[in-house]
Amino acid sequence: MTDTMDRPNEPRTREPISTSSEWTFPLLEKYDEEIAKCAAEFGLDTYPNQVEVISAEQMMDAYSSVGMPVGYHHWSFGKQFLSTSKGYQRGQMGLAYEIVINSNPCIAYLMEENTLPMQALVIAHASYGHNSFFKGNYLFRTWTDASAIIDYLVFARDYVAQCEERYGLDAVEQILDSCHALMNYGVDRYKRPAPISAAEEARRQKEREEYQQRRLNDLWRTIPRMEDDEDPVRRKQRYPEEPQENILYFIEKNAPLLETWQRELIRIVRKLAQYFYPQRQTQVMNEGWATFWHYTLLHRMYDKGLVNDGFMLEFLQSHSAVVYQPPFDSPWYSGINPYTLGFSMFTDLRRICENPTDEDREWFPDIAGTDWVETLHFAMKNFKDESFIQQFLSPKVMRDMKFFAIQNDDEEDVYRITAIHDDPGYRILREKLARQYNLSYREPNIQVWNVDVRGDRSLTLRHIPVDRVPLGDDTEEVLRHVHRLWGFDVHLESVDDGQVVDEAHCPPKDLDED
Amino acid sequence: MGMTHVVDRRLNGKNKSAVNRERFLRRYRHHIKKAVADAVHRRSITDIERGENVSIPSRDTDEPIFHHGQGGKREVIHPGNKEFVAGDTLPKPPGGGGQGQGQGQASPDGEGMDEFAFQITQEEFLDFLFDDLELPNLARKKLKDTEAFKYVRSGFSTQGVPAKLDVVRSLRGAHARRLGLGGARKKKIREMEAQLAALKSAPDDLDPAFSHEDQIKAMEDEIAELKANVRRIPFIDEIDLRYRQHLKQPQPATSAVMFCLMDVSGSMTQMHKDIAKRFFILLYLFLKKNYKKIDVVFIRHHTSAKEVDEEEFFYSRETGGTIVSSALKLMHKIIESRYSPSEWNIYAAQASDGDNWNDDSPICSKLLADSILPLVQYYAYVEITPQDHQMLWYEYEKIQERFPQSFALQQIADPGEIYPVFRQLFERKAA
Repeated sequence: MTDTMDRPNEPRTREPISTSSEWTFPLLEKYDEEIAKCAAEFGLDTYPNQVEVISAEQMMDAYSSVGMPVGYHHWSFGKQFLSTSKGYQRGQMGLAYEIVINSNPCIAYLMEENTLPMQALVIAHASYGHNSFFKGNYLFRTWTDASAIIDYLVFARDYVAQCEERYGLDAVEQILDSCHALMNYGVDRYKRPAPISAAEEARRQKEREEYQQRRLNDLWRTIPRMEDDEDPVRRKQRYPEEPQENILYFIEKNAPLLETWQRELIRIVRKLAQYFYPQRQTQVMNEGWATFWHYTLLHRMYDKGLVNDGFMLEFLQSHSAVVYQPPFDSPWYSGINPYTLGFSMFTDLRRICENPTDEDREWFPDIAGTDWVETLHFAMKNFKDESFIQQFLSPKVMRDMKFFAIQNDDEEDVYRITAIHDDPGYRILREKLARQYNLSYREPNIQVWNVDVRGDRSLTLRHIPVDRVPLGDDTEEVLRHVHRLWGFDVHLESVDDGQVVDEAHCPPKDLDED
Repeated sequence: MGMTHVVDRRLNGKNKSAVNRERFLRRYRHHIKKAVADAVHRRSITDIERGENVSIPSRDTDEPIFHHGQGGKREVIHPGNKEFVAGDTLPKPPGGGGQGQGQGQASPDGEGMDEFAFQITQEEFLDFLFDDLELPNLARKKLKDTEAFKYVRSGFSTQGVPAKLDVVRSLRGAHARRLGLGGARKKKIREMEAQLAALKSAPDDLDPAFSHEDQIKAMEDEIAELKANVRRIPFIDEIDLRYRQHLKQPQPATSAVMFCLMDVSGSMTQMHKDIAKRFFILLYLFLKKNYKKIDVVFIRHHTSAKEVDEEEFFYSRETGGTIVSSALKLMHKIIESRYSPSEWNIYAAQASDGDNWNDDSPICSKLLADSILPLVQYYAYVEITPQDHQMLWYEYEKIQERFPQSFALQQIADPGEIYPVFRQLFERKAA
């Protein structure tokens, strides 16, 4: 069954909502109302929407604070702003049409320069696409609390400002710099964190202040002194007993010398890292879902006769720009376009449900021929990029995008093409592409390994390389930040197969020996 | 599905990033200062008031994170395969560059990727320049205010501060009001009093029914009430008050000419000249706030003086001895031929390392005292040297004693010392 047979076009008796490309506030509301009706037909479940029209300058502001409507002050956001505004003024870079915030109500920013079809596209994309993803996807449901985030951001901004007043801009900046360097290592990947709210946070922050110092002192006090403890087993025992992946959390709770406010700053950066963590793991899905829905919802509007051909032409032009994938050898190529991949996968998923081929029945016996709306929702809710690709990337999408895998082994003189979009290659490509979106593969696996609690209090981090890939050239710089937070010597060892293959130290070892 | 709110935020503040931007500039102030210093060197002194492009090496602005380095075994999926089949091999480029990481590319505009480039505004530029000169805040503000205003009288208003109360106007208004409110009644009182007098003087009717008594009583009552009414009219009321009103008006355009005199003999190094240039810039900015039209005349001298353009003034090299009076003579000649003191405010700044032929210094002193200082608003001499003074300085010191209002001299060894010379100028002008 094709789309049109499934849901025959209704006769276009109604007039389009508008014919001009100029938008007005009443028109925005009217379009939103109709898009909402279409979204309801497909069962999209969203938070209430707040659509905010802003100017280009305001969009640049929003950009540079990573879309947070409220943020603490830091030079890195200023740097972001400078490069954004420079690119924009030179016309090198258009601004995003929209920014959407995972909050309840879900805030979407629309730029005033957009034409009406663009505004409609953005509303469909952000306020119904992203919004329903935020509300439905399990990572967002587990990791973020949409109703509390704005309050928490306000708390964080005020707290940082207070610290700046009390301890000086430089002292605060130094701690934040160091925290930012470790931000990607400030999340619990498996434990579900407690939800946060600002009022609660302010109250708890007081309690923590009193409690933490006591607890910390206990840790260091109850450690037996070296000469008292002759038991070799106990001396070999590591602290922490199990490696800890959340380095910032570990430092916040265990660094011997940090002031209470410094621990609180670490906590703030951790909480933000946690808030953004789901977004980093669902880029393909999230953008694919939003793109699929703006495409589907606006076509539905067209079917209902609510928009005219001119509207659709402009909309489709923008849409195809968004989902354009330059090939690997193009000068414009900068990796796989997540919009393209996500949109292709959701579109193909619908095709597999509605119009399955023999190949689909073989690859997707459970979903071929099922209700597509239900299947897409199931996929949206229960997966992240890695598992979504592993589960749903079809041979057809691999063929359409002409995927191939290339291997670069530093022990070989040549690159090897290991798989392409053909029968022997599909499963290999799918597995490797899924892995490519696994955060713990994209980022080096580094964990807290040991604290020399009986000796010099040094902190040892352990890096487990995958396929012999070493750490990059920022490593020593990052270690300096770890050292600043920890307060004592910091070591990092890369351990491959039980062998230490590389080490780094802060302060550097050579200097120590001199 | 919830309700949608569409909100117009365009009127909310932009510049939410202003603080973050300021934080960035603060963090990289050393880099920016250097860029500003370079720009000062490069630009004309009449071209100081605009922003500047600043580039900072990316390694200084990068935020480090743990990431994978080159090496090991990597497998990457790419789109757009054309002719590859599994098992194909491709030769690696010589040098073992990374593959498909997108690093090391040149950006489209030819700007190196290893530079973080951005623009600072005119205001920020001046701030960094003033930082360099250690300018106090008040002086900064005076220099940065884009327009000078003066207040002119523009009529009267019914509201204002007591200090601006115009007593004559206010009393005149009160008088008019009293006339306006009381005049008719006073006229009536006068008429009625005349009638009353007539009535009283007329013989009373014998018939009590026609007696004037009641009439007189009624009239007297009415007159008393009218008088009370008139008395209740206040002598001065709030509505009478008039205040002088002033309007801000841009200061009328006037002209100034700024003479830059500099020794370019062999002993003046480029460093000396750069310090001198900063001094001239400051003077120019100061004059620009006070005068609409400014001419700048550059006079360089060694043993003889010459009027030159800015480029030649700062950057061409000369050798040989020094005769300062040649420059003073030339300046005097130029004033006489082109800048009549009745039409021009004349300022002069002289920079030198203090070297002069000893025989010449008394001549300079005499030239200044007799023919130049009577014509100029202000003459500033800066001696750029960490060494002991020579004859010229001591001659000039005597001049300063005789002309404390229009002559100042100062020794400068580095840019931070330029400002004190300047402050004298400001103080005098502000008074």
